[in-house]
Amino acid sequence: MNPDLPILVLLGAVSIASALGLLLSRNAIYAALFLVLNFGVGAVIYLLLNAPFIAVVQVSVYAGAIMVLFVFVIMLLGAERLSPGENPPGTSFQRPLAIALSGLLMGLAIYVLFARQPPAVAAPPPDSSPLAVGLSLFGPYVFPFEVVSVLLLVAMVGAVVLTRNR
Amino acid sequence: MELFILSPILFPLLGLLINAAFGRRMSERAIGGVATLAAAASFAVCLAMFGQLTASEEARLTATIAPWISAGALNVSFGFLVDRLSIVIMLIVTGVGTLIHMFSVGYMHGDERFQRYFIYLNLFLASMLVLVMADNFLVLFMGWELVGLCSYLLIGFWFRNLKNAEAGRKAFVVNRIGDVGFLLGILLIFVTFGSLSFADVFAQAEARGEALAGTIGLITLLLFIGATGKSAQIPLFVWLPDAMAGPTPVSALIHAATMVTAGVYMMIRASVLYELAPTTQAIVAIVGALTALVAGASALRQLDIKKVLAYSTVSQLGYMVAACGLGAFVAADFHLLTHAFFKAALFLAAGSVIHGMEHGMHAAHGAHVDAQDMRHMGGLARRMPITFVAFLLGGLALAGVPPLSGFFSKDEILLDAFKHNLPVFALLAVSSVVTAFYVGRQIALVFGGRPRSDAAAHAAESNWLMTVPLVALTVGTLFAGLFNFPTTHPLTEWLAPVVRHGEAPKFDVALAAVFSALAIGALAAAWWLYRNPERAQTEAETALGRFLARAWYFDEAYKALVVKPFYVISTVCAQVIDVGAIDGAVNGVGRLFRDLGASLRGLQTGFVRNYGLVMLAGAVLVVAYFVLNAR
Amino acid sequence: MDSTTFVVLLSSVLFIIGVLGVLLRRSALLIFMSVELMLNAANLAFVAYAHRWAQLDGQIFVFFVMAVAAAEVAVGLALIVTIFRTKRSTNVDDLAALRG
Repeated sequence: MNPDLPILVLLGAVSIASALGLLLSRNAIYAALFLVLNFGVGAVIYLLLNAPFIAVVQVSVYAGAIMVLFVFVIMLLGAERLSPGENPPGTSFQRPLAIALSGLLMGLAIYVLFARQPPAVAAPPPDSSPLAVGLSLFGPYVFPFEVVSVLLLVAMVGAVVLTRNR
Repeated sequence: MELFILSPILFPLLGLLINAAFGRRMSERAIGGVATLAAAASFAVCLAMFGQLTASEEARLTATIAPWISAGALNVSFGFLVDRLSIVIMLIVTGVGTLIHMFSVGYMHGDERFQRYFIYLNLFLASMLVLVMADNFLVLFMGWELVGLCSYLLIGFWFRNLKNAEAGRKAFVVNRIGDVGFLLGILLIFVTFGSLSFADVFAQAEARGEALAGTIGLITLLLFIGATGKSAQIPLFVWLPDAMAGPTPVSALIHAATMVTAGVYMMIRASVLYELAPTTQAIVAIVGALTALVAGASALRQLDIKKVLAYSTVSQLGYMVAACGLGAFVAADFHLLTHAFFKAALFLAAGSVIHGMEHGMHAAHGAHVDAQDMRHMGGLARRMPITFVAFLLGGLALAGVPPLSGFFSKDEILLDAFKHNLPVFALLAVSSVVTAFYVGRQIALVFGGRPRSDAAAHAAESNWLMTVPLVALTVGTLFAGLFNFPTTHPLTEWLAPVVRHGEAPKFDVALAAVFSALAIGALAAAWWLYRNPERAQTEAETALGRFLARAWYFDEAYKALVVKPFYVISTVCAQVIDVGAIDGAVNGVGRLFRDLGASLRGLQTGFVRNYGLVMLAGAVLVVAYFVLNAR
Repeated sequence: MDSTTFVVLLSSVLFIIGVLGVLLRRSALLIFMSVELMLNAANLAFVAYAHRWAQLDGQIFVFFVMAVAAAEVAVGLALIVTIFRTKRSTNVDDLAALRG
């Protein structure tokens, strides 16, 4: 029995609760804050899973930069209030079908997880210090890393061009 | 050496290029001068070649420029050959060609496309020499098509008049029919002998002719179909009278002296094959003789000065073809030679008459009349003496009056027919009398009596550019008979190494005397009958007159039997098959997808979340597939 | 139940919730946040398996996913802002110009 499991269960409960809060909230700002909470819980889980570098990036990039951007846009547009509204005509099947399909997917995931036990591997814990991650990024993964930098540049230019006042 | 052999072709090409490149800035005289000099240079080279060929019996000049087609068993090269047969034709083509170039400078004076005319004329000369100098069937076919193209271009030279353009098109289409036969013949030659070169084919044919008699019969028949197109024989002769729409010097050069004899030349060249195919020979002889009579009779009722000569040309070509059919290839060649002289002289004289009539029309400020209609002529002998003498001598030669050239060559053919094939002889004999009669009629109508229009009354003799070639050709008409004078037969001896020919029949004084008397009698009768020119008009209005004037209604028959059904089939193809089936299928495919799209458009709700739902469904399916399959 | 299985199960639940958010909410902003939730769920699974198999590559992948997500958020939010300018709305049901 894993000693971390009780902590994980607690974190999982918070994580699912915040995700449901996002799903059901009527206010965009609340939804964003629920998401921040979810990301923060995620960071702690990463720490427990021996991934300190990812945990830090999760907090700084996701919970920090991206969510600030979301909140900023919500404020800018003044779109906090979310009206429930009606489904457009002819799409009444959307909600039940979506729930049914999601349930099916969930069932498949559970089936895979429990019906098919993978072989137990007695693995030594990997060296996942930021040093190791950095060496890996600039070693075998240097080309994708450079491609991602170009992608970010393109995204920046795209955002500027799209929001420019014409 | 190769350049020397090719130079007869290259000189006209050079003239053509000079005129094409610089013609716009050159005067008419300069353009005409370049073209005529090119032709003359070509003639001079041919004379030099003739000198070389006299050296020995076996002498022949060959030149192979480059391989042309090399595919599997088929090897054809751009090969040229000058031997005793081709040099005769080359001298005619270049010699008569030079004179007609010169005549054209005067005749075409002031035409808006003067430059283009001489470019075409040089191109024709080069093409005709390619045809004559070919050393295999494919190069011959190339020249054959090239002269056909030049003929088309020059018939429709004054294409602004729709009738001229249509005449050119008709010549082109009718010739294509013959060419299909010719091409099939060439293919069959390749299949049978595995080669297209004259030397190979004829050597093989001689070696195993007996075994291949049936195939050779078919080959010669197919080649003859080509000849009926190019040399205007029944059933394909209908294009030649219409070809008179071109300028008159063109009629003289292409449609009388040279191109139309290409079919006869080809048959003489292939004499080895024809000798091996007696059935084809019989067909050829009958077709030639029938053509001679049908066309000669048609000439009796023509009112257009050039149309008479056109039917006469068809008729004389019939003589040559008949001679080939009788195996008298040398006689055919001889008649080809003399005909080139006297018919060119006649056409140039006719051109001179037309030119004089047009001049008269301007001088008299009279009403515009058709300058080619003989009903408006008359009395031109006094106004145009040189032209008259040339026309008279050419006409007498055509009629076969001794001692002019036509008498000797025609007599040789008649003699051969008399010896070997009496039905053919009968047809040729009748047509010979008919020939003399229409010649007499034409001379009487054009030159005799009084002028029947202001234009004729004020007609004037043409200038030296036109009369000098006329006189030169007339001299040729007088003496060309010496080339195969009955007692010595120099042409027969000259051609003996190349052309198959049995014993030349001995000159028969009685036969010659009878036909001379008949010819002179017919001439005199025509002259006497047409003292009254009204007769030409009244005759043309009878049923028989219309029948002959329309050339036995061949054109009408073709229109009813070939053209109309063709139109019907085309209309069915266009209206029913194309619009109904093909367009229907194409439109049907389009409609199918349009309707399919219309029925499926409901799926595109435009709502982003619907699309997301579909994606999810797809994802679930894919995951389910892998999960259930990975067992 | 070991921790890997538990985290992957958690990741599945979060992913499903994200899917439901995308399919059921009308606000473009909410949909977008749900997409981020789904990405995050996938990241959790990556890290869980990296831990289980003692491999670093899973973490590297997560790093790239985050970089791409950042780029996506930049462009996506720019689009939402632009659409809001013309439509005065963030409701995706108003954007039905592709209706067949």
